[in-house]
Amino acid sequence: MQKLLQLPVNAVNIVKGVQGVTQGQEEALSPVLTPDSGPQNWYSAVQPEELRHLRSGGTGGGGGGGGGEGSEDRSALEEGLNSVQTQPLRHDDLKEMLDSNKDSLKLEAMKRIVAMIARGKNASDLFPAVVKNVACKNIEVKKLVYVYLVRYAEEQQDLALLSISTFQRGLKDPNQLIRASALRVLSSIRVTIIVPIMMLAIKEAASDMSPYVRKTAAHAIPKLHSLDPEQKDQLIEVIEKLLADKTTLVAGSVVMAFEEVCPDRIDLIHKNYRKLCNLLIDVEEWGQVVIINMLTRYARTQFLNPNINESLLEENSEKAFYASDDEEEEDKKAEPATLAKRKPYVMDPDHRLLLRNTKPLLQSRNAAVVMAVAQLYFHLAPKAEVGIIAKALVRLMRSHSEVQYVVLQNVATMSIKRRGMFEPYLKSFYIRSTDPTQIKVLKLEVLTNLANETNISTILREFQTYIKSMDKDFVAASIQAIGRCATNIGEVRDTCLNGLVQLLSNRDELVVAESVVVIKKLLQMQPEQHSDIIKHMAKLIDNIQVPMARASILWLIGEYCEHVPKIAPDVLRKMAKSFTNEEDIVKLQIINLAAKLYLTNSKQSKLLTQYVLNLAKYDQNYDIRDRARFIRQLIVPTDKSGALSKYAKKLFLALKPAPVLESPFKDRDHFQLGSLSHLLNAKAAGYQELPNWPESAPDPSVRNVEIPDWSKCSSRKDRKEKKVEKPFYSDSEGESGPTESADSESDSGSGSASASGSDESGSGSESEESGEETESDEEEEDEEEEKKKRKKLDKTKAKKQCIINFDQFDMNKITSVFSQTLAPSGSIKMYELLHRIKGEGLAVEYCFSRQPFSPEPNMVAVQIQFTNNTNSETKNLHIEDPRLQSGMRIREFAEIDVLAAGESVTVVMGIDFCDSTQAANFQLCTHTRKFFVSIQPPVGELMTPAFLTENDFKKEQGKLMGMNEILEKLTLGEKCVNEHVIVERVTATANLSRVPCGSDKECRFAGKTVSSGCLVLVTVTTKEGGGAQLTVNCEKMLIGTMLVKDILQALSQ
Amino acid sequence: MIHSLFLINNAGDLFLEKHWKSVISRSVCDYFFEAREKAVEPDNVPPVIRTPHHYLINIYREKIFFVSVIQTEVPPLFVIEFLHRVAETFQDYFGECSESTIKDNVVIVYELLEEMLDNGFPLATESNILKELIRPPTILRSMVNTITGSSNVGETLPTGQLSTIPWRRAGVKYTNNEAYFDVVEEIDAILDKSGTTVFAEIQGVIDACVKLSGMPDLTLSFMNPRLLDDVSFHPCVRYKRWESERVISFVPPDGNFQLMSYHISAQNLVAIPVYVKQNISFFETGSSGRLDITVGPKQTMGKTVEGLVVTVHMPKVVLSANLNATQGTYNYDPVTKILVWDIGKLNPQKLPNLKGSLSLQSGAPKPEENPSLNIDLKIQQLAISGRLGSFISVGCDSLPAGPCDKALLLLTLF
Repeated sequence: MQKLLQLPVNAVNIVKGVQGVTQGQEEALSPVLTPDSGPQNWYSAVQPEELRHLRSGGTGGGGGGGGGEGSEDRSALEEGLNSVQTQPLRHDDLKEMLDSNKDSLKLEAMKRIVAMIARGKNASDLFPAVVKNVACKNIEVKKLVYVYLVRYAEEQQDLALLSISTFQRGLKDPNQLIRASALRVLSSIRVTIIVPIMMLAIKEAASDMSPYVRKTAAHAIPKLHSLDPEQKDQLIEVIEKLLADKTTLVAGSVVMAFEEVCPDRIDLIHKNYRKLCNLLIDVEEWGQVVIINMLTRYARTQFLNPNINESLLEENSEKAFYASDDEEEEDKKAEPATLAKRKPYVMDPDHRLLLRNTKPLLQSRNAAVVMAVAQLYFHLAPKAEVGIIAKALVRLMRSHSEVQYVVLQNVATMSIKRRGMFEPYLKSFYIRSTDPTQIKVLKLEVLTNLANETNISTILREFQTYIKSMDKDFVAASIQAIGRCATNIGEVRDTCLNGLVQLLSNRDELVVAESVVVIKKLLQMQPEQHSDIIKHMAKLIDNIQVPMARASILWLIGEYCEHVPKIAPDVLRKMAKSFTNEEDIVKLQIINLAAKLYLTNSKQSKLLTQYVLNLAKYDQNYDIRDRARFIRQLIVPTDKSGALSKYAKKLFLALKPAPVLESPFKDRDHFQLGSLSHLLNAKAAGYQELPNWPESAPDPSVRNVEIPDWSKCSSRKDRKEKKVEKPFYSDSEGESGPTESADSESDSGSGSASASGSDESGSGSESEESGEETESDEEEEDEEEEKKKRKKLDKTKAKKQCIINFDQFDMNKITSVFSQTLAPSGSIKMYELLHRIKGEGLAVEYCFSRQPFSPEPNMVAVQIQFTNNTNSETKNLHIEDPRLQSGMRIREFAEIDVLAAGESVTVVMGIDFCDSTQAANFQLCTHTRKFFVSIQPPVGELMTPAFLTENDFKKEQGKLMGMNEILEKLTLGEKCVNEHVIVERVTATANLSRVPCGSDKECRFAGKTVSSGCLVLVTVTTKEGGGAQLTVNCEKMLIGTMLVKDILQALSQ
Repeated sequence: MIHSLFLINNAGDLFLEKHWKSVISRSVCDYFFEAREKAVEPDNVPPVIRTPHHYLINIYREKIFFVSVIQTEVPPLFVIEFLHRVAETFQDYFGECSESTIKDNVVIVYELLEEMLDNGFPLATESNILKELIRPPTILRSMVNTITGSSNVGETLPTGQLSTIPWRRAGVKYTNNEAYFDVVEEIDAILDKSGTTVFAEIQGVIDACVKLSGMPDLTLSFMNPRLLDDVSFHPCVRYKRWESERVISFVPPDGNFQLMSYHISAQNLVAIPVYVKQNISFFETGSSGRLDITVGPKQTMGKTVEGLVVTVHMPKVVLSANLNATQGTYNYDPVTKILVWDIGKLNPQKLPNLKGSLSLQSGAPKPEENPSLNIDLKIQQLAISGRLGSFISVGCDSLPAGPCDKALLLLTLF
């Protein structure tokens, strides 16, 4: 359809097309079984079509980009008809192949068709034949059909509808990838009639259990929005829902949709702000760019300008960093209005969170990510911190030249405002002879911006070398750069001038002309001091041949003829002599000079002027004749001359403002850096203005997520429920830990949380439980007293089981057993397996009892408590259909025959988790219902205590050095005041036993993983001032790293 | 975001187009051709071209222009970086990214482009995932495909897309588990006429080829990480761990990838391994000139200098060169005015020398400046940064299954 508008390209192809004819004919003999004959095929296939264009397309050739839709449609139709008529044979082949039963033939046909599409040839008449194959079994055929469908559906809307049912079926497929691809194609078909179907599909997919499908749903949102903008409101609802998603997979895509559909709905971000910050590092690169750009805008509306009190910044940055959330909120509430003026600036912890979490991304390999972080820092960070981006930007300068081009544009803008930032990297902007001219010119721009009193001499020396370059455009730019340095830095003005004057004797026209022009501008700034240069230039007029330069000199002399009263008339005399041989621009300036001299020094120059004007009167060029006539009327007093001649002197010798030499990049920073609009220095379509900082900060509490209120039963249960459900839906659920912890954490803690998040990126769902730990720890603090009461209850429960266990240990270890049983009793946490509402009255909770599971020692014992809250009996409680990761095993509890109304019962089951934190999924069945549930162990529960002596411990530790040792420094939390608390925290986190130790600065713990029996050794060494070092030695590095993370969290609370 | 992509060769033929949204007429490329003509050199085509209704963002790579069409605001680097990623993917798949390979594999190219972008937003750009979706062509496979009619689309559905480690494909198995790391360092230096270093920096990359089963978790540590002035990583590297411990910890993608690049910019550290004595002069009369270049070793630390190539960008007036090289071959291209002298190995006993006369365009003024020289060389087994580390230790801990349950590799790199 677009062929009408592209004659030039087609014309080239015709030559090839003619060549293709012969090949095509040969091919026709074996039309079906020639594999991979795409190119010849295509060329010969389209040849008649192109000839047609040659005949009739002349009118369409100049159509340009616009091409109205109506005409396009018509041409498509025409073309379709035409191609059917002119080349029935070729396409019949393809149709035949598509209709055949063999997949290989279909595939071959589709490949040829795709090759046609790729080359921009029309294949729309094949639509019916192709669309039939949409349900083909062969995956590749199917994919190619999709490609075709997406390309042509818009043109053949009715026929495209035939395929819809296939996709609708695909949306219900049990395989998440098929669901996703069905949604993807369905949403890519731009047929307005299916908008309601798309809307429904997107809504459904947005609550799909697979994050990948949800990601696809996010992708589909902008597609639908562009197809039918009226759906905006409904789409925003979906976006809102998806923004709450906690997976890294979805985050980037949904923010993209947000940016395209409703970038102004900043209120949707509030609740998700902290989560997005924390997820950011694990989001894929492209998503990171989009999120960072969006957060930049968000931060500009929500936080205060960090540079508002620049002088006070230094002393307060410390406080801002550590100050707790609550204090600040109080601060702000107290005097929000006067804050900006009187109060020292205190950075919002959320603002800090953003800066901190984006910083590591400066190390990304992706230039777009680095640039996004750089612009974020430039727009949001306190002045003192912006500097860190310079290094990363300089790194990008070693990338491809296109990347350099964009980066240099941005650096040029930044270097005007923050010159100090790039000064250390001055030499990185030195020009290489191999740089393309556009890069060279930009580098010059940056160098000029960076020039100051201290480095100007080096820069000028460098510039001098550039002037000798063979690239003339670049030389011209260098001379201008020198001129700009001279205007900006007073000290070097004279040096620069002298240098430029020397350049006047250069052999190259361009150099001379450019220098004269620059000198002219410089002289205009302070002409009185430089009459000698003007004199020098007057002398030059004898030698310089470049017209532009001659013209500039004449202008200078005319303008400042009062400074060189003796020379000026003489120059005019010389010029009058050579007037007829001069170039036009020079002639014009001679006339100007004559006029100015006539006005100031009419005695000496009157005759000369008249002579010049007379010569000009008969010049060939009408410009010159006009100018002469006009000037004569103006300056030579006659009877007829009007009022204007009185003002002639004012007109000609008015004080002209000195040209301002400033960077073209000045003030470009009102565009968001890194954006297309900034690069073009014009607003691009869809550009979102970077808002100004607010006068006073909006309420920071909007970003609070209600979850921290753990003591409230309801919210907690909701969360638990969610957690239990999720892993079941899909094994590869990308749910990651950082979000969980991020929600619940205050500012001070979130740093470590995101650190662990990135560490954990490899282990997916395992990190889930880290969040769990945090929750429970906080809970511990919040309701310590309640806890104490409960502890007692737990203890009694635990003790009962202890009795059974004791016989498994030697008597001489009983002491340590005792210490072991003490610890867990305080920290047995009940996890919810089935909420009573969801379980229709049956509530199930479980805990890790930390007792060996006697039937099979390498299983973790899980104690499950059933409570029947209904009014009727529940019968036949048992486990069915466990779905486990390979290697994992489960030992079910004996079936519970009857559970009376209101009763509770506790059973123990064993699960061999294979030393991984993968969840065990199974069904819990009653006589009426089945419930899907899953149990996921925290890493600390995957071990049993091991009893070692101090010497054994040291020996074992010695064996587990190097890669198996993980060292981590930490600051102990406020409550970790003594050894006792540390022991309690560690044993609460992991099922370890304390190893006796001589030093009171060290606590040692030992354990074995339950299923493989690998040793886990933990050492906590406390230091003065709340610092500590944590060492974990474990052969299983994954377990080690996760454990480190958990213990760190427990101790730094 | 990215609306359409056009591939255009050096001669100005548009040979492939792909649209991710509604079709945009090829005629937008006329604006590009205009800019291309104006720029003379392909390097000088502005990467972003503004047209009345669209923006064209293009890159030039392997003699192909990748021209993308944008309609709304998007960070230009985002597009540029993506286009380079496309070119790299082609290179990865077909061995080279040239017009002929793209034309030969047009269907695979199309399938790749389809997977890489969805509605103009990048979807799957990791080579590991793409290779699971679309198998790269091999001679054997194309034979088999022709006979059996099977396809190069993966039979299994890619699971990597679903995981939190999008760069690694799942279920990798090797009988021999091995990992190779190459450290490649480049000095980038500007010398002035007298041979003093104006500016020098060392730029290094660590390329890895990791063939390990399961989900290996590797760490790599340097003897002296303080030397690294600036680093950038593959997304698989854990930033925080680097920040806190200066250890590179990562779950690698399968196969070849660039793990990190680093930068060392201590001036005094950089020892330029060779010196060049040059004397290029043009006579005032007779439109000719003389050229005499000698290259010798300076600080090579006992290693041989290989792959030595001297490139001279001659002034425009130089018509031809009649030279004599004691070693290697020289070639003067009168169109681009570039003299290339390929020396090869540097023999310290007998220094290579290139000598002879240049003939200039008669009547033209003599060029006022001497041309600049570019010298490329290679030294095997030597890290210029020297003290970076004599070894790098790599730890590996792989998860269930796979014969390489635990391995500790010590690699001596330089």
